[in-house]
Amino acid sequence: MISIYARRRAANFTIMSLSLLATATGLIVLFLILWSLLRHGVPALSADFFTKDTPAPGNVGGLRNAFYGSFMMTLVGTLVGAPIGILAGTFLAEYARGSHLGQAVRFINDILLSAPSIVIGVFVNEVMVVRMGHFSAWAGAASLAIILVPVVVRTTENMLTLVPASLREAAVALGAPQWKVIVMVVYRAALQGMLTGVMLGVARIAGETAPLLFTAFGNNFWSTNMNAPMANLPMVIFQFALSPYADWQLLAWGGALVITLAILVLNIAARMVANWSSFGK
Amino acid sequence: MHGPPAVAAVGLAPHAMWRQRLGDTLFRGLTQAFAIGVLVLLGAVLVALAAGAMPAFRKFGFDFLVSETWNPVKETFGALPAIYGTVLTALIAMLIAVPVAVGIAIFLTELCPPVLRRPIGMLVELLAAIPSIIYGVWGLLVVAPVLQTTLQPFLIDTLGDIPVVGVLFQGPPYGLGMLTAGLILAVMVLPFIAAVIRDVFMTVPAMLRESAYGMGATTAEVVRSIVIPHSRVGIVGGVMLGLGRALGETMAVTFVIGNAHHIRASLLAPGTTISATLANEFTEAVSDTYTSSLIALGLILFVITFIVLAIANFMLWRLSAKEGA
Repeated sequence: MISIYARRRAANFTIMSLSLLATATGLIVLFLILWSLLRHGVPALSADFFTKDTPAPGNVGGLRNAFYGSFMMTLVGTLVGAPIGILAGTFLAEYARGSHLGQAVRFINDILLSAPSIVIGVFVNEVMVVRMGHFSAWAGAASLAIILVPVVVRTTENMLTLVPASLREAAVALGAPQWKVIVMVVYRAALQGMLTGVMLGVARIAGETAPLLFTAFGNNFWSTNMNAPMANLPMVIFQFALSPYADWQLLAWGGALVITLAILVLNIAARMVANWSSFGK
Repeated sequence: MHGPPAVAAVGLAPHAMWRQRLGDTLFRGLTQAFAIGVLVLLGAVLVALAAGAMPAFRKFGFDFLVSETWNPVKETFGALPAIYGTVLTALIAMLIAVPVAVGIAIFLTELCPPVLRRPIGMLVELLAAIPSIIYGVWGLLVVAPVLQTTLQPFLIDTLGDIPVVGVLFQGPPYGLGMLTAGLILAVMVLPFIAAVIRDVFMTVPAMLRESAYGMGATTAEVVRSIVIPHSRVGIVGGVMLGLGRALGETMAVTFVIGNAHHIRASLLAPGTTISATLANEFTEAVSDTYTSSLIALGLILFVITFIVLAIANFMLWRLSAKEGA
């Protein structure tokens, strides 16, 4: 008896230790990545880093054009993608609960959510870049918007579903038509959740590289022309980190640090927004 | 569900009521149009890729899928090395990530003090927030050199001489290659798998758990005999979701795979994946056949991931349907 008991205790101890070890591994990897970024990236940060454009190897330079390009394409991608995602998500939550169309859209949307982003790049290359005859920041922003949409659809639908039916019924009882119920009551109740969804989506597209390779293409010079190839942070990191030049690699580390911190801050902020105690619920 | 509020009409002038009706129709139509747009988008991606891939399929036929040759100069292209690398790296990633993810899920649901559950869960999820390109830079400049001098020589010395299994661990330690790519992929898909499995574990009814504890089961026994059998479908769904992600992952793999269009038995040898081939060669492809072959690769990748993700979502969806019932 004792030996069975001891063996069960030992088995329990082993399995629990392994699960603790697994969790520790995950956390350690996270900290190792952040530590590498800080160690190699901080030395790159200087005034030049933010105010000069990408240099030729051996010259002094920074990533100003890449910051601008990433910002603009993420901004345009969000301005285009977020409203589309919110409206499609609204349809799923408010008009199509349980309908066949709703289920089909939900199913396809969940697949697009994890679909390889490089394929989206190839798609936009074919329908925009080939037709327009040149790479452009518009095409880059379009592929980012396509990647953002499924994220926003998913979170919007989830958040609207959480709004209690009694709120809608109260508004309907006051005589509001359904579109007013949704826009003025349901949206307002679910605002934080929807904002969280958009922020998580922005965090996702801000670091996307693959879909920009064949659309925005990159540019080593300062350019504000959305109809021309545009530099962007992820692609500069790709190009510079793979180069044999130490100064380019340093800039790549600096860019990697900045983009990772921005995305992590955005992620944490999004979660904090979601946790605010909500009014009227 | 929330039918047109007939009561609203009382006391409104007919044209005001008509305006509200119009508003309802327009808003509903607008949201429906964008929802259908999601379906159209998927169709458009498939059609555009199929159209672009057609010349390559027409020229090479079935050989495209089984040929190992990838020669841009002679314009002969075969997808096999890229498909092989895609599947192999994803499998390595799964072998490493799934046990660790299950471990994390067990820790978060059964072992972790409730106060720490959210923060630790959030830290693990932050691994998913780090962009692919960062994993690539880290893998290339930090992990690969370490593997080259530690893990890989160790594997070659200890496992390389064993018959049969040994071929997997032979050849020089490049640092870059299939194994390194699989390792980095494992870290990247870990948070997705862990999150799904944790959520599924949470749905196990407390009654079942407590009955087992009441009978004197240890935590490990509760996990093995109650929690895991109860969440089998969800675990498979989470694993498939991670697999779908691993198959399509691009930038991180492009950095550490070594980019070689051949098939080698050794896991330490460099190779390529579909996504890495696209990332490296798409903008350099000058001829129509070359471009079309690359688009065909993209189509193959999209179809494979679509099937895997469809299975994953179907299993998870069936699970939540059961929950709701």
